[in-house]
Amino acid sequence: MSKLLVSPSPHIHSKDSTRSLMLDVVIALIPAAICSFVFYGWREVLLMAVSVASCVLLEWAVTRFMLKKPSTIGDFSAVITGMLLALNLPYTTPLWVVVTGAVVAIGVAKLTFGGIGQNIWNPALVGRVFLLVSFPTYMTTWGAPAGVVDAVSGPTPLGAIQEGLLSGASVQDLTAAYNYKDLLFANLGGSAGEACALALLAGFVYLCIRKVIKPWITLSIFATVALTALIFWGINPDRFTGPLFNLLTGGLILGACFMATDYVTSPMSLWGGVVFGVGIGFLTMMIRYFGSYPEGVSFAILIMNSVVPLLNMWFHQKKFGRK
Amino acid sequence: MSKHTFSIGGVHPHDNKISRECAIEQLPLPPSVYLQLSQHIGAPAKPIVAVGDKVKVGQPIAEPGGFVSAFIHSSVSGTVKSIAPRPDLAGNPQMCIEIAVEGDEWADGIDTSDTLVTDLPEDNKAIIEKIRLAGVVGLGGATFPTHVKLSPPPGSKCEMIIINGCECEPYLTSDFRVLLEKGEQVVVGAAILSKVMGGVPCTIAIEVNKPEAIAHINEVIARLGYAGISVMPMKMRYPQGSEKQLIDAVMHRQVGSGALPISVGAVVQNVGTALAVYDAVQKNKPLIDNVLSVTGECFPRQANIRFRVGTPISYIIDCLGGMPADAVKVISGGPMMGRAISNLDAATLKGTSAILFLTEKQTRRAPEGNCIRCGKCADACPMGLEPFLLIRHARLGNLEALEQNAVQDCIECGCCLYSCPARIPLLDHIRQAKGAVLGAIRARAAAAKAAAEAAKPAPVIPSAVEESKK
Repeated sequence: MSKLLVSPSPHIHSKDSTRSLMLDVVIALIPAAICSFVFYGWREVLLMAVSVASCVLLEWAVTRFMLKKPSTIGDFSAVITGMLLALNLPYTTPLWVVVTGAVVAIGVAKLTFGGIGQNIWNPALVGRVFLLVSFPTYMTTWGAPAGVVDAVSGPTPLGAIQEGLLSGASVQDLTAAYNYKDLLFANLGGSAGEACALALLAGFVYLCIRKVIKPWITLSIFATVALTALIFWGINPDRFTGPLFNLLTGGLILGACFMATDYVTSPMSLWGGVVFGVGIGFLTMMIRYFGSYPEGVSFAILIMNSVVPLLNMWFHQKKFGRK
Repeated sequence: MSKHTFSIGGVHPHDNKISRECAIEQLPLPPSVYLQLSQHIGAPAKPIVAVGDKVKVGQPIAEPGGFVSAFIHSSVSGTVKSIAPRPDLAGNPQMCIEIAVEGDEWADGIDTSDTLVTDLPEDNKAIIEKIRLAGVVGLGGATFPTHVKLSPPPGSKCEMIIINGCECEPYLTSDFRVLLEKGEQVVVGAAILSKVMGGVPCTIAIEVNKPEAIAHINEVIARLGYAGISVMPMKMRYPQGSEKQLIDAVMHRQVGSGALPISVGAVVQNVGTALAVYDAVQKNKPLIDNVLSVTGECFPRQANIRFRVGTPISYIIDCLGGMPADAVKVISGGPMMGRAISNLDAATLKGTSAILFLTEKQTRRAPEGNCIRCGKCADACPMGLEPFLLIRHARLGNLEALEQNAVQDCIECGCCLYSCPARIPLLDHIRQAKGAVLGAIRARAAAAKAAAEAAKPAPVIPSAVEESKK
């Protein structure tokens, strides 16, 4: 008689695995990646290839030779970090800067904390912010999309407005240069991933349909940004930009759909997630309106990442049969 | 599509009811049966026969060992061979009465005909006594003695009887077949239960993946004309058949932590139990047999069989063509909550509902990865617990935090482990932690009781007073 396997119940398992969930995120990022290729050409493809390759290689090398653990590159999380990092950089960024960003993202922000699931801050964002404060020249030289003849070149819309405001122009004059169709379909300078808002939203909808993420964090960010902008813009439209402009510019959509919803660095409960989203939205607007950086999504997400353990302690889901 | 379902958590495993078309077959009598003295929740039964005694089918051979306990009857006719420990499903020794089968002679007074008896007896007390004498226990999994459940503590009032026909566990089809083939008896059983509880309404809950059963029971209720019995089609969702979840789904009331269903006015009985109640009350037939599914993709001979309690599992498997070559795990019950069998020679119990064969591929556990804090375990938990948090405290042995986070409410349904993408053995650890916390709670209650006893003024004994004065 053959030996029988004995283990506690349950004896079957759902098909979901860390790998399948991460693969869904990769798939959700593909429309944005394709758009960035369409707008910025082969240079963007090279940038993304270098970013992904260095993230994956680094994770493999560190787990293999320094941590001496089984490699975790099979779970695709390093691929996501690489893609997100690339989508957060101008397509003209020198490749050595990209590699530096990958080292900070994977090496410092992820693996020093113990690898997947253990990090406090979103790795790709830590990489991006490190590059932003270390190499501001490369990080704020935004090339206009290739092949778009009458595109606005030079600074990003948010950057242009901040500079304009400092030189005394009013918001209304400054935003006249942009129309919302362009903002939605991307003919503006900016990070590669900000190229096309619709592509990012398509990815977000895919993740929600596949039940990889829940929409509450993203929606509460959008709602808070819109509401905050509405209040300030309503008070003084010459000084403050409006809700729709703020929703469609900068990395807001990329950040809200793909960075703030990162499992590891966002709260587990519904209401924790909503508070997290409101915090990100509000901080983003405060940095945009009053900070010295034109863009605040990255900082806002990283700041709220730090609050997640507290949110997890404060907010629990309702238990069955208990008050 | 029915929307009736419980309010928190749950998962949707594929239902895999591959044996649903197999009509119930009668299993041939085995050479011997082994009747375990402890096959219900509560105190083990006490034998009332001796080695060498001749017994008939349906003759009581063990009496209740306490208030929460049940009669056990001989499921065959023959000679008592031994009363001795014998390894159970997990290989642990359990006292069993072994009976060698000789013929099939039934005890006097048992109606073995198929005639449907629809007239309900008048006296509720007599009905409950009949149920008690027939050794009826809950056949939905917990095997709680039914007569105890039907005698609610003073001050509590039953408002609804729920007959549990959800059969939400994948693979299992025995309740489905009983509903189809013994629908009349189940409905009469339901009518008896509802009468005993004071003529309360009775809801028969059936998941929508059993449309034939829903249609059939509706037709039977209309034909037999019992008032107050109705069918509620339920959305497919695991663990719908769990008592607390089912009450929530049907009555929108949540049973509190540590409380009994009767505290919200509900009494839940399984389909199989309703049939056993019918047999006991209308036919004088004790609980000596039950229906189980023998199933699994790797098992060619799918079946739903009526077996005599105490039949060895290996005998059932051999009758149906033997162990499939690629099965690595044999489960008593369903794949979500059933128990893996290590000893195939173990005997079936009153509550055995299935023998399920799984292959390596179906049941393999992938290596554990890091928690990615996705929260899927918390989304899946039907009790609203946070398994990711509980396992962290469990691994640290932090009993206080475990109790605060309600580990004792865990119903061990397996949804957390089922849905974890990192394949963390959540329930394995939580189950152990729950045991430890329940132990601590009981110890505390015992200590409080002892303290209350000690605080009472001790009776004054004159001689002791004299002693102390000296």
